[in-house]
Amino acid sequence: MPAVVSELPDAQLRHLMDHYEDAVSAKRRRTAIGAAILVAAIVAAAWMGEVDPAKFADNFWRFPSYFISIMPTLSLGTLWADLAEWLWGLKRWTGLLLDTLLIAYVGTLIGAIAGFVLCFLASANLVRSRTMVFVTRRFLEICRTVPELVFALVFVLAFGLGPLPGVLAIAIHTTGALGKLFAEVVENIDDEPIDGVVASGGNWVEMVRFAVVPQVLSNFVSYALLRFEINVRGAAVMGFVGAGGIGQDLIEAVRKFYYTDVSAILMLIIIAVITIDYGTEAVRHRLIGRESR
Amino acid sequence: MTDTRRALNFDDQAEIVRRFPDQFGIDWWRRGRVIGGLAVMAALFVFGLIRLEIPFDRLISGSIRLVEFTGMMLPPDPGSWAQAKIYLNAMGETIAIAFLGTLGGAVLAFPVSFLAARNVVGSRVLQLVTRRGLDTVRGVDTLIWALIWVGVVGLGPFAGILAVMCSDFGTFGKLFSEAFETADKRSIEGVKATGGSHVHSIRFGLLPQVIPILASQVLYYFESNTRSATIIGIVGAGGIGLQLAEQIRVLEWQKVSFLIMLIMIAVAAIDWLSGKLRFAIIGRRAVV
Repeated sequence: MPAVVSELPDAQLRHLMDHYEDAVSAKRRRTAIGAAILVAAIVAAAWMGEVDPAKFADNFWRFPSYFISIMPTLSLGTLWADLAEWLWGLKRWTGLLLDTLLIAYVGTLIGAIAGFVLCFLASANLVRSRTMVFVTRRFLEICRTVPELVFALVFVLAFGLGPLPGVLAIAIHTTGALGKLFAEVVENIDDEPIDGVVASGGNWVEMVRFAVVPQVLSNFVSYALLRFEINVRGAAVMGFVGAGGIGQDLIEAVRKFYYTDVSAILMLIIIAVITIDYGTEAVRHRLIGRESR
Repeated sequence: MTDTRRALNFDDQAEIVRRFPDQFGIDWWRRGRVIGGLAVMAALFVFGLIRLEIPFDRLISGSIRLVEFTGMMLPPDPGSWAQAKIYLNAMGETIAIAFLGTLGGAVLAFPVSFLAARNVVGSRVLQLVTRRGLDTVRGVDTLIWALIWVGVVGLGPFAGILAVMCSDFGTFGKLFSEAFETADKRSIEGVKATGGSHVHSIRFGLLPQVIPILASQVLYYFESNTRSATIIGIVGAGGIGLQLAEQIRVLEWQKVSFLIMLIMIAVAAIDWLSGKLRFAIIGRRAVV
């Protein structure tokens, strides 16, 4: 079989080859400029962040050695006694962990309800007044941009120590985060049911209730569950600033070098977080089907 | 042909309701489940309020105090120019922590994510072990990592960088491996069909598909890490959080509001920048 690749005349080939070279070198140049900017940014950030490789190399052994020192001494012969000694505070810690989960739950629920109410006001397709949409959106933005721990710090001063500031901080942050996500879902819905309800004489609340909510509810629940998962992690550190939960005991154990307590509490937190991750993921899959997460 | 268009009268309505009882009747089983679910949620809520011993009497006095605080925050004021410079420097530190932490986490996670992807590494056991390891790393909050790293390298932003790096390692490892698993198989098969090895198929079949997605995810997390980097100063890991916690403790509310304003501006700026870069990399295609 003869070769099917046709030979181009030299002049035309050279022209094409030049073009190819140009395109390749332009791409290389762009990549090089990007890499140079990246390197410059890394150097600047390393200078700002006081990165010190020598210090890191000198101290790195402390990282594994920290994990070794927080490991409990468990031997097979006396396993139960060792476990009992390691987890001596199990009753207190599970209580605190339950508190942490409840702080996350109560905060998420309050925040989800507030976000649910506000998201309809922040959706440009449901509300005529631009001002209303704008104001609601900015409010939600403030709620989620200020870190929840900062809210917790301020609330501890206003409401005193304990779980209340933690719950409120999580509730406000959740309102901001979920309000925005919910509003985005609402803005993407099908308009026809809205027209239908309005045409048959429904008022604004009826329109939201019968035309909007049935379309968005499963997405809302899925987002709220995702937020609950995130809030469990957030609630675990609320105790750092005195806002309740297991964080208080963790930071105390770290600061006072109660090594084996650190590992015991960390382990309990990790188990709780992973269990919640699995639970919420299973529920979410059932709600919105496997393909569209 | 007769005109079939006419308004429904009451007889027609009754007829329709009679003919389709399923559509108009109340599905008590379904409704019971919904009500039951809501009741469980409400009960758990009340149980939480009781167990956490929420002091409702303090809710009112605290709210009054909050309004007072808010009043004292206005207008935002750093105090002096020298003070403002310290704050700006701390903000720069925070951005540096977020930037280097995100980048470092991504670089560390990249090779590991291959092990966690089902379609790259054959061994199912290795994949599961890697996944669970990444889950564990991810389960620990950035603030807890910061606490650990402060113990290792001492106070300062370096500990913050390492903390963000650790928690991002877990997140990126999972996200990257998911991106690998959802990649199109055909280009990989194409490379194999032309005689490429397994490594070739990854380099020329898989990576070109996923690199833009990975870059976009890294940029997205850069923005969210700026938020978390603003608070790790509370445990001494550098950045603006230290200043913020201090000014809140000494009730310098005007400085607090100035710091919060600074954080909001910085987060908005990085949000905008990373959004631009993401679109430049992946085009107007919504990923993540």
